[in-house]
Amino acid sequence: MKKWQCIVCGFEYDEAAGMPDEGIEPGTKWDDVPDDWTCPDCGAPKADFEMMEVD
Amino acid sequence: MSATMDNNRAAAAGGKRYLWLWGAVVALLPVIGGTLAWLTGWDAMWFFAPVFLYVIVPAADYIVGEDSSNPDESAVQALEQDRFYRWCTYAFIPVQYAVVVWGAWLVGGGTLSWVALIGLTWSMGILSGVAINTAHELGHKKPTIEKWLARIALAPVAYGHFYVEHNKGHHRRVATPEDPASARMGETLYQFMPRTVLGSLASAWEIEKTRLARQGKSVWHPENENLQSWSMTVLLFGALTAAFGWAVLPFLLIQAAIGASLLETVNYIEHYGLLRHKTAEGRYERCQPRHSWNNNHIVTNVLLYHLQRHSDHHAHPTRRYQALRHFEEAPQLPTGYAGMIVLAAIPPLWFRVMDPKVVAHHEGDLRQAHLHPAKADSLLDRYTASAAAT
Repeated sequence: MKKWQCIVCGFEYDEAAGMPDEGIEPGTKWDDVPDDWTCPDCGAPKADFEMMEVD
Repeated sequence: MSATMDNNRAAAAGGKRYLWLWGAVVALLPVIGGTLAWLTGWDAMWFFAPVFLYVIVPAADYIVGEDSSNPDESAVQALEQDRFYRWCTYAFIPVQYAVVVWGAWLVGGGTLSWVALIGLTWSMGILSGVAINTAHELGHKKPTIEKWLARIALAPVAYGHFYVEHNKGHHRRVATPEDPASARMGETLYQFMPRTVLGSLASAWEIEKTRLARQGKSVWHPENENLQSWSMTVLLFGALTAAFGWAVLPFLLIQAAIGASLLETVNYIEHYGLLRHKTAEGRYERCQPRHSWNNNHIVTNVLLYHLQRHSDHHAHPTRRYQALRHFEEAPQLPTGYAGMIVLAAIPPLWFRVMDPKVVAHHEGDLRQAHLHPAKADSLLDRYTASAAAT
């Protein structure tokens, strides 16, 4: 399970947690997140997220 | 028909191509003023930059008018990757630094009259305000070079924390009560100013503190991007003072304050009265074009790298300036930022022009707007009554 971070605002998508509010189930891999999904905080596109180092 | 339209759009996007070089020419405003003063022997010419900003540009916006054309979607990728547009923004910075050093040298020389000194300081402040705009465009980008150039451009303005706060604070909280840099309907520029300056500073500090704490580091760690950026200012101001004498220091500090206040005045305009609502899950809705004021006046857009295509910028924050679009659903400012900052400085006039626009944008339902808490009741009363009367 990895985390991906928005390069604009720092929002983190955690594959383990998913985003159930947005219909993205816990455990959804980043590759399986829809391509038209955007950062819920600032609107940056999925392509502008970077993989984070896992703590 | 549609092919012709596409061609027109592509041409329109490319049509501004060489105009973007004007962005760097703006950095020369203080020098233009000085040259005019030298040629005419008239010290008032040092005030060329303020006259340019507050009089010439608003008039030019009025005369030249608007351009609401958008680049064709199929052309956007090529437009974004064309390095020419990046170089236009990079070019601003050496000009900015040369002018700052030139200004400090003149002030240190002690030969300027008080009139010339005031004009030069004001002009330099305007240059610094515009430099924050350049830093803004660069600071959103992924490449390391652009991130560093953004911080270098912010050093003469002593506003390095903007780089942190704008992306990780303002873009996340824009058009919500939590954002210090989003103005509320009924709030004057003068009430907004301390709230945004102090609030943004505190937020930038907090963002870096939290980020470093997660790595087990203190907020005073050298990796703190605020401290790094402020150190650049200390180094620059220190070097200029050492080179040209103590008279340079108040000059640098005052022009930085003017630059910062120019930026914050533009912040006041950009989201005035606009509000993102919370969804059922308690998260703010995504930022849409309707959450920022847009403006298509050509002259100010060319001078500010399309900053006024602000509705698209916030809804799609990684789009490069040359590709930003006009959206019909976005609320539209009556004129470009240069005219709007004059209006913002006079609160009764500002309210008279802008409040009806906020009401119209929300189709008369001000409960959907971002209201200044102290004025909320009276605004709701006034505009509900006027809606009922018509």
